[in-house]
Parts: sequence; C-alpha cells; structure tokens
Amino acid sequence: MKKIVILGAGTGGTIMANKLRKVLDKEEWSITIVDRDPNHYYQPGFLFIPFGIYNKYDVVKPKASFIPSGVKFIVNSINHVDAEKNVVSLANGQTLEYDFLIVATGTHIKPDETPGLTGKEWYKSIFDFYSHQGAVALQNFLKTWEGGNMVINIAEIPYKCPVAPLEFAFLADEFFVKKGIRDKVNIYFSTPLSGAFTKPKATKMLGELLKEKNINIIPDFYLERVDDENKKLISYDGREIPFDLLTIIPVNMGADWVARSSMGDDLNYIATDRYTLRSEKWENIFVLGDASNIPTSKAGSVVHFASDIVFENLMSAIEGRPLLAKFDGHSNCYIETGFGKGSLIDFNYETEPLPGTYPLPGVGPFGLLKNTRINHYGKVMFRWIYWHLLLKGKELPLESQMTMAGKEL
Amino acid sequence: MAEKTYAGKSVNVTEDGYLTNPDDWTKEVAVEIAKEEGIELNEKHLTVIEFIRDKILKGETLTIRSIGKSGIIDTKGFYDLFPGAPLKKASKIAGVAKPASCV
Ligand SMILES: Cc1cc2nc3c(=O)[nH]c(=O)nc-3n(C[C@H](O)[C@H](O)[C@H](O)COP(=O)(O)OP(=O)(O)OC[C@H]3O[C@@H](n4cnc5c(N)ncnc54)[C@H](O)[C@@H]3O)c2cc1C
Repeated sequence: MKKIVILGAGTGGTIMANKLRKVLDKEEWSITIVDRDPNHYYQPGFLFIPFGIYNKYDVVKPKASFIPSGVKFIVNSINHVDAEKNVVSLANGQTLEYDFLIVATGTHIKPDETPGLTGKEWYKSIFDFYSHQGAVALQNFLKTWEGGNMVINIAEIPYKCPVAPLEFAFLADEFFVKKGIRDKVNIYFSTPLSGAFTKPKATKMLGELLKEKNINIIPDFYLERVDDENKKLISYDGREIPFDLLTIIPVNMGADWVARSSMGDDLNYIATDRYTLRSEKWENIFVLGDASNIPTSKAGSVVHFASDIVFENLMSAIEGRPLLAKFDGHSNCYIETGFGKGSLIDFNYETEPLPGTYPLPGVGPFGLLKNTRINHYGKVMFRWIYWHLLLKGKELPLESQMTMAGKEL
Repeated sequence: MAEKTYAGKSVNVTEDGYLTNPDDWTKEVAVEIAKEEGIELNEKHLTVIEFIRDKILKGETLTIRSIGKSGIIDTKGFYDLFPGAPLKKASKIAGVAKPASCV
C-alpha cells in the first residue's frame, strides 16, 4: 500500500482529500489527513462577526463532515516532519510514513511577536478579527462602545486575505453610521505599505473609497510595539498613534512545526516552486495555500485555483511523468465596501488588478474594480459555495488560469 | 523607463527611479542616488547596502523583519539609517529592484 499524507484539514487540505480519493484506487493508495482542530472555520466569515452580521456559530462546522469516506482523519497536532526520511510525527507520539506529502497547514496570527500587544489591554480594548475568538470578543465590545479613536493596524506583511482589513474599515464605517455615532468615531487605517493596497490601480480605487468614507490612512507605519499603559501604537521610526480601540492584524506566520522541522523561512513559509507548487527541496512534497512562499495573495480563492495544479502535478509525479501544470498565481477577491456594495479584483503573478467585468467579458455579472451591489451578493453567495462545492473539490464554473478577456488596460 | 545620469554615468531607471540593471551600480552611483533621497552615505549605510545587494542578487527576498534579524543591523538602526521607508530606500540605493511586497 502506498501512502499520501495531507497536513492540515483547512481549505486546501480538505479540497485535496476530496479530489484525490475520487481518483486514486483504494486498494493501492491510503490517504491520511491530520489537523489539530476538529472544527472547520469559514474564515472569510470572521469579517462579519464583529458587526453582528454573522454570529458565533454561523462560521463553524465539524471537519469530519467534509472529509470523504476512505480518507483517514486524525485529530492531533503535527509535531515534526523528517523530510529526508519521509516521516511525520504527531504530538501524541504517533508517526506516519508517506510516499507523498501535501502541506496545507496555512498561516496563523502570532500576537506575541509584538511587544505589549497581549498585555492587559488584550481583548479589553485591543482585538483581532483573524481568529474566531477575537472576532466574537470584538462583537461583544462593539455592542456598547460609545466612540473615540478606532485604529486599524497591519503589523507585518504578508498576511492572509490582503483586502480584509480594508473591508473591516468599510464595514466599521457603515456600522457606526447606522448606530448614529459615526461623528464620535475617528477611524485610522495604519499599514506598513505605502498605500491602501500594493498594486497601483487597486490602490488608487481603494484609496479614494477610504477618503470618501472619511477613513484616515497612515501609510509606511511599521509597528514596533504597543504601549498598553498609554494606549499608543509606536512605530520603528518613533511615530505614535493613540487609540481607544485597536483592531490589529497581528504578525502572520506559518505553522510552528515548520520551524521545528527547519523547513521554512523566518516566517515559517516553505520554499515552493511558484509554477509547479512542489517544494523546492523535496520532490515528494507539495505545498498548497497559505503555507507556501509563492508571491501571490494568501487567500481561499488562490488555494482553490492552486488545488487544480497540485492535483494534476501530484498525479503526474505518481505516474513518473514530468510536472506540466503551471500555476499563474491567480487570485480573485470580493471586497465588501459597506452599505450593501462590493468590489472585485482578479489578478495573477504578472497582471495587476484591472477594471472590467468577470467572469464573462462585457457581461459580468460582476464588475472588476467597481463598487456595485451585485459584487456584494457575490461575497454573500461565497459562503454557500464554500461549504457545498469548494471544499468538496467540485468543479466551479471558473477557470483556474486568469484570463485577460473582460479586462480593460 | 527613463534615463538618468549618476556620477557621469548614464543609466536606465524604472518609473520609481530604481536601476533596471543592477550591474550599472557603483559606489559612486550609490552616493548620488542616496543624495536624492536626502541621505549622506557613510560606511554603515554601505555595509547594509552591500548585504542587500548580495542577498537580492542571489535570488533571496528580503523584508524589514529579516534584515532586522540578520545580525547586520537591528530594525531600529535600519530605520535610523534610511528614515521613513528603509527597505525601499536602501534597495534603490543598492541598485536592486523595488521590493515586491506581496499582495
Ligand atoms: C478574516 C479573514 C477573512 C478572509 N476573507 C477571505 C475572502 O474573502 N476570500 C478569500 O479567498 N480568502 C479569505 N480569507 C483567507 C482564507 O480563509 C485562507 O487563505 C484559506 O483558508 C487558506 O487555506 P489553507 O488550506 O492554506 O489554510 P487553512 O484553511 O487556514 O488551514 C490550515 C489548517 O492547518 C491546521 N494546522 C495548523 N498547524 C497545525 C499543526 N501543527 N497540527 C495540526 N494541524 C495544524 C489548522 O488547524 C487549519 O485547519 C480570509 C481569512 C481571514 C482570516
């Protein structure tokens, strides 16, 4: 019996388990998937929890319901991988040998990396919304908050879902307007980037939207520490931002076992061939999703597109053929902009987000870099698509390769 | 793309003023780019610049965090040398491409 082991049963790991079990002979191939958490979280839903749009239980389902029969699901922490000997060790002492390994353990927030962050104000006036716990705590806080300086901060790049902090700012604006306290809240958006986003056309569009909504952007702000005594953010070049409420995207890092196994860079991301999605070092290891160091967004849509490539190339590797499928870095993100509208960006390694229509040229229905109602519904529908189609590895009517059709230069 | 003259040498630069060919770089060119950024280049700057050139030309990617942990200089010191946006400024002076902060 030959063995495939999948590390992480989040978005990417679950998709791969479904895709592979469908085609690999059960007599010939065993598939095992490991995750420390029995619950699957719909992470894009965390964004909506602070504002009471979604509640605590709207984004959680048992992982086991999405893992097909014929795949062994182990709930335990990964402790270490010996990539020379092809062995995974778990926290309970169990070991798993593999012929092929798929790494999909994602990226996670590390608030302890920033001095002062997890001190006495943590979950009192400082929150994150990148964890289920943080999003729920922030919802409770916002119920009774009466206003002041709300600072949104991005502590380090890269972080997953690059547009989420902007969406948070837009939704916060709407929330305070509807609560009738917008005039009592100053919203600041501080980022280590030089603008609202990284690529020129999207930065311009999103920057203008921030301005329109009276959200102040503080660019090139690289956080050194939080002074929780005086409630201030302090940057490496000594600038200070006072806050009454801090919503932070803490430093994001790949899984700890990567560091323990010396398999990653200083943020625990694994060196991965950006086209084949195979590890640069080990021929029988593929890396899917946020865990890799490929230069595109860390986002669920990327994981979905990339899973087609990992699947094809892994099948080739199994059959001893060359790896011909090439990932283009395709990313496609809906951006909630508040008041029932949304925007959409579609891009890859080479092409920055451009205006136009998606997925059908000239028709849409979605508008790229435009602020429309239908884009908002795209985001709303995505939760259903995620649970019912995407995780199960079913075909979606979207190409994994980006296309220029429908884009305006 | 545009053409510029640094230290009597004509070089091609990108829209944002980064050398398109890292081989065009010399210490003299660096001194003049630094001046445009309001920086008087000294030995300390040069140590960091040479470190960055070395890493980038080897194909590695750098972040402010990784430079801060490199042992060459700490993050605060890096900011003191290249105020505001240290990695962008230092990369420009080092004659390498603009750091691609991933999306
Ligand atoms: C607030 C927020 C909003 C977002 N919005 C969007 C959006 O609108 N659109 C979009 O496309 N993407 C969005 N994303 C990003 C998206 O959720 C992720 O990019 C995607 O889920 C990554 O999939 P993955 O398989 O790489 O990792 P994950 O789905 O995160 O899975 C990693 C798994 O590994 C497990 N794991 C980690 N370490 C260990 C260990 N040591 N032992 C055992 N198990 C371990 C974890 O428990 C987890 O289940 C958002 C994310 C957040 C936080």
